[in-house]
Amino acid sequence: MGRYLLRRLLQFVPVFLGTTFIVYTLVWAVPGDPFAGKCGERQCPETFISLMTDRYGLNDPLVVQYFTYLGKVVSGNLGETFSGVSISEQLLNSAPITVRLAIVALLIQIVIGVVAGVMTGIRGRGFLDNLVLVSTLLLISLPTFVTGSVLQILLGVEWGIIDPTVSPEATWGELIVPGFVLGAISMAYVTRLTRTSIAENRRADYVRTAIAKGQPTRRVVFVHLLRNSAIPVVTFLGTDLGSLMGGAIVTEGVFNINGIGGLIFRNIAEKEGVMVTTIVTLLVLVYLLMSLAVDLLYAVLDPRIRYE
Amino acid sequence: MSTVYDGERGEFVAGEEQATAPLLEVEDLRVEFRTNDGVAKVLNGVSYHVNAGETLAVLGESGSGKSVTAQTVMGILDTPPAVVLGGHVRFHGEDLLAARPTRRMEVRGAGIAMIFQDALSALNPVFTVGFQIAEQLRVRRGLTKAEARKGAIDLLDLVRIPHAGQRFRSYPHEFSGGMRQRAMIAMSLALDPELLIADEPTTALDVTVQAQIMDLLRDIQRERDMGLILITHDLGVVAEVADRIAVMYAGRIVEQADVYSLFRTPAHPYTEALLQSLPRLDLKGQELKAIKGLPPSLAHIPSGCPFHPRCPRVAARCSQEVPAYRRVADGRFSACHFAEELIPRG
Repeated sequence: MGRYLLRRLLQFVPVFLGTTFIVYTLVWAVPGDPFAGKCGERQCPETFISLMTDRYGLNDPLVVQYFTYLGKVVSGNLGETFSGVSISEQLLNSAPITVRLAIVALLIQIVIGVVAGVMTGIRGRGFLDNLVLVSTLLLISLPTFVTGSVLQILLGVEWGIIDPTVSPEATWGELIVPGFVLGAISMAYVTRLTRTSIAENRRADYVRTAIAKGQPTRRVVFVHLLRNSAIPVVTFLGTDLGSLMGGAIVTEGVFNINGIGGLIFRNIAEKEGVMVTTIVTLLVLVYLLMSLAVDLLYAVLDPRIRYE
Repeated sequence: MSTVYDGERGEFVAGEEQATAPLLEVEDLRVEFRTNDGVAKVLNGVSYHVNAGETLAVLGESGSGKSVTAQTVMGILDTPPAVVLGGHVRFHGEDLLAARPTRRMEVRGAGIAMIFQDALSALNPVFTVGFQIAEQLRVRRGLTKAEARKGAIDLLDLVRIPHAGQRFRSYPHEFSGGMRQRAMIAMSLALDPELLIADEPTTALDVTVQAQIMDLLRDIQRERDMGLILITHDLGVVAEVADRIAVMYAGRIVEQADVYSLFRTPAHPYTEALLQSLPRLDLKGQELKAIKGLPPSLAHIPSGCPFHPRCPRVAARCSQEVPAYRRVADGRFSACHFAEELIPRG
């Protein structure tokens, strides 16, 4: 187990190097001038451009720039943007909001998705099953910006139930509707995965045994059946949390949330290479950690799975 | 109907004094499976009974309805596709088929417990064996975790699992086949049931382990004076442990008798054919006698006596009249038109 964990963590190193290099290269491969529009209405003076170019080493070959960046990161300095703002400070400002948004989305997925999945999986064909199948199909086929805009207009503007945009403090309550929008598509998948998995295991011999033991129905379903049906759902949820963080760009845009999504969007437009690389790498690391957590969770859920 | 069970004579008699109700009484049970492919008449009027401390063997080919009867008794039939059309399952005289779901749940495990053929799939793969046994004591008896653990270890000891204390924490896949079935038995005994239904408990095991499990079941049954329904197609097992035998064919009981009489003078041609198909030491070298033909499809059960297309004693009336299941001698029942001719008078 310890060796397995160590091996998995060591695998992070090449992935980290690979992603950072690719993203770094890609940012500079996109045409555009980082100093365009930095000096108001007029063009930036030559002296300013050459000063900045020197200061940020933009004339060095890309590989040299990359390794300079890497050296700084390893020593704990994430650097600053062209306007001199500390990157780590910006991250610390935006990340908590996105993390909270992702947690709200994840909770909504788990609660609604698993409950709806268990109910339809156990009852089988019928009105409820059809209702859930149609509504999940609808959610899956609607792009996030449509769900987001529709809910924003209906709940926020027409009915006035929520504020159309989220305040800078972004309290938990304010994040419920954006969280639903962010998690809607995955929630539909969670519902369908749970439904299928429960329906498959519902007639398993060990479920019959639990009933024959005279265990209460609720215990048969939520202890014996759900634990066995959880693996595909947990896999999906784990990898999904990773992508929720990065996938928040649209949702954060619609509801004007000042999180990671908005940050990465602005910085791609402004060719802030170091910033973009840092955020994407961070997201990749979150993704890797989540998939490691999922793999470890497998062994907890199903003791037949062992790592060495 | 005022018939009661007479334990002495092993049969139902008109209501009299000093008669005792049987522990379990199945009467005229009829079950159908309705699927898109059609209707299969799985049980067509099954009746049997078991007394306290008695072992009833239910014998029959695959698909004869042995397990379905047991599942109906337990109330663990998959409905749909199964539909219970009628009949009674009386436990201490109480009709379980008419009982409320909560009452049925109470009876499961505490009144009637069941063990299954394939213990590997019947045990939950993601919980330890100890958890699954202790669960019964915790949830059904309200014991604390520590008490339940102790109780579960005692049960594992009882079924002769070595190092029960350590084995408590093992998962089903870490057990051997025989140990898994022992653990299953331990689990079924947790609430001290009055009746144990064993659905082919040794079919999935190799021969030496089979014998150990049968010995264990027999010992436990005797110690606890528990009723035992042993569902099997193994005549050897039946001869060794059963008090009485019910033979099933095409969803009916075709013969019921005590072991001794049934083996000596079968009162139904199907039983007779089954006994003749056994390999015998004194007839070594001769070809085994198989029953000709195949068991009937339950979607198309033959008219009249369902066994008539395969019966060596078939007569004209067999394909038209359904033979009544009736008492043919003391404690002996048969569903053959010629049952009386098959057994010697007296």
